[in-house]
Amino acid sequence: MTENHTHTEHIDSETGKLGMWIFLFTELFLFGGLFLVYAIFRAKYSADFHHGAAELNAFIGAINTVFLLISSMTVAGALTAMQKGDRRMTMLLLTVTLMLAALFLLNKYFEWSHKFEYHIWPGSPVLKNMPQGELLFFGLYYMMTGLHALHVIVGMVLLSINLVKVKAGTVNAGRYVILENSALYWHLVDLIWIFLFPLLYLIT
Amino acid sequence: MTMGNDTQPSYLEYQGKHKGLAGWLLSTDHKRIGLLYLYAIIVFFFVAAFLGLLMRIELIAPGKTIMEPQTYNGLFTIHGIIMIFVIVIPGMAAVFGNFFLPIMIGARDVAFPKLNLFSWYLYITGALLGVLSQFIGNGPPDTGWTFYVPYSVESDTSVIWALTAAFILGFSSILTGLNFIVTIHRLRAPGMKWMRMPLFPWAIYATAWTQVLATPIIGITLLMVIAERVLNIGFFDPALGGDPLLYQHLFWIYSHPAVYIMILPAMGVVTEIFPTFSQKPVFGYTAIMISSLAIALVGYFVWGHHMFTAGMSYYARWFFSFLTFIVAIPSAIKVFNWISTMYGGSIDLKPPLLYAIAFIFLFMIGGFTGLVLGSLATNVQTHDTAFVVAHFHYIIFGGMGFAFFAGIHYWYPKMFGKMYNNRVANIAWGFNFIGFNLLYFPHFILGIQGMPRRSYDYLPQFHTGHFISTIGAFILIAGMLLMLFNFIRAGRRGIKAPANPWHGVTLEWKIPSPPPHENFEEIPEITSKPYFFGSSDKTKQ
Repeated sequence: MTENHTHTEHIDSETGKLGMWIFLFTELFLFGGLFLVYAIFRAKYSADFHHGAAELNAFIGAINTVFLLISSMTVAGALTAMQKGDRRMTMLLLTVTLMLAALFLLNKYFEWSHKFEYHIWPGSPVLKNMPQGELLFFGLYYMMTGLHALHVIVGMVLLSINLVKVKAGTVNAGRYVILENSALYWHLVDLIWIFLFPLLYLIT
Repeated sequence: MTMGNDTQPSYLEYQGKHKGLAGWLLSTDHKRIGLLYLYAIIVFFFVAAFLGLLMRIELIAPGKTIMEPQTYNGLFTIHGIIMIFVIVIPGMAAVFGNFFLPIMIGARDVAFPKLNLFSWYLYITGALLGVLSQFIGNGPPDTGWTFYVPYSVESDTSVIWALTAAFILGFSSILTGLNFIVTIHRLRAPGMKWMRMPLFPWAIYATAWTQVLATPIIGITLLMVIAERVLNIGFFDPALGGDPLLYQHLFWIYSHPAVYIMILPAMGVVTEIFPTFSQKPVFGYTAIMISSLAIALVGYFVWGHHMFTAGMSYYARWFFSFLTFIVAIPSAIKVFNWISTMYGGSIDLKPPLLYAIAFIFLFMIGGFTGLVLGSLATNVQTHDTAFVVAHFHYIIFGGMGFAFFAGIHYWYPKMFGKMYNNRVANIAWGFNFIGFNLLYFPHFILGIQGMPRRSYDYLPQFHTGHFISTIGAFILIAGMLLMLFNFIRAGRRGIKAPANPWHGVTLEWKIPSPPPHENFEEIPEITSKPYFFGSSDKTKQ
């Protein structure tokens, strides 16, 4: 850090980004608690977790992974476009990101509804008759994907605010720290899903 | 010598965009936010202290005295929740950190002033929700502040509200910590290298990292308990495959570091007081700074010592006990440093130093009895007894509370620009010190004799100890009210405080009292280490 930089009045982009990175660490720790619980119960009930994972639709999960991966690319593209001063491209890429996020949630909605049709929801009688490990697996499934979906929604709100600001010109080629931070947040949402997907869907 | 301009209005008189009350509630000035925290904490503190007094009155004699057992359960729960989550965890960092961290590093404000105000609103929301949980639903929560499962899942009182309150308070704590870390990284005055930073900011820095890295764990744990209550998920319910011990682990992974969130800023405050009232540079600057970081780091890995009797492997217990002894070392280093700072100095026994010395005394009793609890064999005898209550209050109240009193006496002239009455402050100190020891010391003896904690009733053989303890409670409350009265009177009628009443040398003493809105007219240039007392410097002779 340069010494002559330390007393600037407004929030410069380095300061804003440092704050965001620390915040992202707290998010990792938040999910980290659930990953820890997952690890413990997986070790205790590995056979049941295999059965539980086999009942999830890996295809829908894979599609959703692709959606999020592409959206991470488009949001990074939006930031680059902003840095180059291309406002129209920024808005286009942000809109694509938002649409991919919406598709992700739509998919999630169908996936959850499908589970509900089989009477698998937290505390449902069907679930309670399952082996204890599967019970916990679905408990974790709902809690982890639910908390993740909440983060997707927060991310969408952030990106929408950016879209408005880019349109209004308050986020521009000279000042884009909000866009950069929102993009960082979106990458985190993507990153957590990349861990959730194999843990919940693939390891069968 | 003051660097500020006296014609500039102080932050108390400053008229910004908003006037009157809105000028406070919407202010992003770190000093005003610090005072918002201070006022909230004073109110909640006296509420929780009064609840504690009611508990002591109940315990003055065996059997029912003034309340039903269920009322007592509610009282010790809300006393704990308010004291821990609303007062001591945010307390020092939020009040003194907000007010003095930017000034001591030569900044005009924290890195994210709006986020800072938002943290206060989260804090006040959580605090009010915690109080509200007493009056809504099926009665006050009765789980104790630790929310141990399975009872916190089964109890039909309004536990969910209290859990939500703790979650929101945790979020506020994270954002405050984040703000302070970035402030220290980015806003230090030119020339203030890391090793030129005063030690209170260093303590806040270590605290802030603990806040940021530990609090999310309690967040997710509380969410899991809520999920268990609402959605019947069963992470912690053996009937559904879960494990109640897992809750205890997750809870203490946060709540042990939380003890250091409380005590590190307290240590930082007294570290500022000893050099000023000895007119001598702090002894072992680097040792104090490293021990702050070491406490924050090692404090992360000792949580298991709360669970020695709960069922852990022999090796796990050995490991946690060993680390508990290790974490005592940096705390002891600090004690030696404080005492060495006073050695050979021109000691001026003003109220802040009295409180700081009381802090060392009480903190050492708390620390040594902590080792009794941290040893595997003696822990079995004292676990869940009044001994724990005594140890805990010696650390939290005797340590953090007395350091807070020390800090408020030290910085009151700077914060409000008025001098308080020293004589009244000294008398209040006497009441507080005697009352505190009478109140809590008997619990050590009661605990060793077998008095369980959180108990509404007790055997007649414990009567004497409880009786003395209740007398102490009244003396302590009287002392604290006298202290509060002294401050309120000083605020109204006190004489105007000079810029540097204690001859301190850190940056806050180089600006007017109370500080102007912008703190510094010109950001100071830092050219040397802190705590240089010039000609009166005893080490230079």
